[in-house]
Amino acid sequence: MIRFDNVSKCYETGHEALTNVSFALDDGEMAFLTGHSGAGKSTLMKLIMLMERPTRGQVFVGEQNLAGLDRQQIPYHRRRIGVVFQNHQLLFDRTVFDNVTLPLMICGFSPRDAGRRARAALDKVGLLSKEKMNPIALSTGEQQRVGIARAIVHKPQVLLADEPTGNLDPQLSEEIMRLFLEFNRHGTTVLIASHDMGLIQRMRVRMLSLKQGRLAADG
Amino acid sequence: MAEQNNRRRGAQRLEPKAKVAVKRSASATSGRKPRQATALRYDSDNHWQTAKTAFSRLLTTPAATLMTVAVLAIALALPGVLYSGLKNVQQVAASWEGDPRIALYMELSVDDQQADSLSRELLLRDDLAAVELISRADGLAEFRALSGFGDVLEYLGQNPIPAVITVQPALMSNDELIELQQQLEMEPGVAEAQLDMAWVQRLNSALEVAKRVVVMLGILLATAVLLVIGNTVRVSIESRREEILIAKLVGATDSWVRRPFLYTGAWYGFLGGLCGWGLIQLALMLIDTPVRELAGLYQNSFSLLGLGLVDTTLLICFSLFLGLIGAWVAVSRYLRSIEPQ
Repeated sequence: MIRFDNVSKCYETGHEALTNVSFALDDGEMAFLTGHSGAGKSTLMKLIMLMERPTRGQVFVGEQNLAGLDRQQIPYHRRRIGVVFQNHQLLFDRTVFDNVTLPLMICGFSPRDAGRRARAALDKVGLLSKEKMNPIALSTGEQQRVGIARAIVHKPQVLLADEPTGNLDPQLSEEIMRLFLEFNRHGTTVLIASHDMGLIQRMRVRMLSLKQGRLAADG
Repeated sequence: MAEQNNRRRGAQRLEPKAKVAVKRSASATSGRKPRQATALRYDSDNHWQTAKTAFSRLLTTPAATLMTVAVLAIALALPGVLYSGLKNVQQVAASWEGDPRIALYMELSVDDQQADSLSRELLLRDDLAAVELISRADGLAEFRALSGFGDVLEYLGQNPIPAVITVQPALMSNDELIELQQQLEMEPGVAEAQLDMAWVQRLNSALEVAKRVVVMLGILLATAVLLVIGNTVRVSIESRREEILIAKLVGATDSWVRRPFLYTGAWYGFLGGLCGWGLIQLALMLIDTPVRELAGLYQNSFSLLGLGLVDTTLLICFSLFLGLIGAWVAVSRYLRSIEPQ
């Protein structure tokens, strides 16, 4: 589903964030991406999202070579991917419900259809009762779960999460991780960047570790 | 059903990209065609929804919106007032006997009867719109009445005033006029043919200058309108920066991001145009009375022309168009700045 072929990314400042990274993630597979901050986890995620383009090498998502996508095709590529951000990136000028329906509105769903799907997604993360609230009134864990609902509401093939448990206590972190496992069981390919080693080891899934921009371990 | 089909076709024409998007998501499920139709119909509804949302966003900051609209209205009204002033002057110039005339001064030896037969001959020509004869006797009487030198004439013994035929040529160019003048001068009995068009020329070239000034001012102020709307939209983009970034990350196309701002620009343009029109009409109303008085002094019944339906529509459409362009430029610049290199 996701394949990196000798990918390097060098920023304009001269900083080489990734060096010759190669790995492949099968359809429906789940993996953790670990490493210290600055090891290149975010850069790797950004390359999958086409928020950045690689300096060398090629990135494939579902057999599609991302180098072949032009500016106009990027949105359609991103619709295949759901992203959960560390700082959840919710909009505080609208309700939880409206935050979750945003990707559906963008894809052109009718409001009724979007509403049904958004409620289903909120139900999955256990926040259906809070759909009419402003996300600012929610706890950090709840906000993160709204972010997850928004990431999965349009049933993406790939789910990316960048430090999804960064600000959460261990118990909430486990809860969030269990959600990801469940999405994976339903066939979604999941890649989670995290440096919470204790949690990752308990999960027993594949682990890709980055060290100064190189893939140091895979397994 | 037919209406529905039309509507569907209209929506397709509007949003070819949306069609692609819908197709992709629809192909995942079973019923492709009906899904696509409903989604497209929804998309055209969505346009109206976006327009309404853009308008209510303007209303959330009434003072700022009002000030921007006022600036736009003034920038549009200034060339608008000048333009309608010019239109009125042109109307006056046309209604005045502004058409060039040629005065044929006859030889003194030509008597009134001969002059009369020449004027009848001239009347038959196609290139002359009107012919008027001032006989020697009439000319004398007029001179006596107007000059106050009537007594002097008594001493002359004979009438020194030649017969004069004034002709008004049909519409023609300046060169043709001069040619006609030379032609008429060759007529037997004509001493001199004087083409009286200097003042018409002067008025016309003055109007030409005025027109240029109005056009230049119009271009400058239209640019100002463009910049004001562009900048206002830029500010509103800045205030929704986060929303745009998130929308882009979850797969919003450029046109999806652009659309609400295009409506914002269009609303500014429309409101600015409407208020500009109001200002122009107000200005014309204020100068209407003094203009009437002035016209009265010239025994001229003259009424000020307003902008009229066509010009009003043009003004509002033009300003709406400027709004769209300004917004388009602002959003496009912003979208380029957030794309990966």
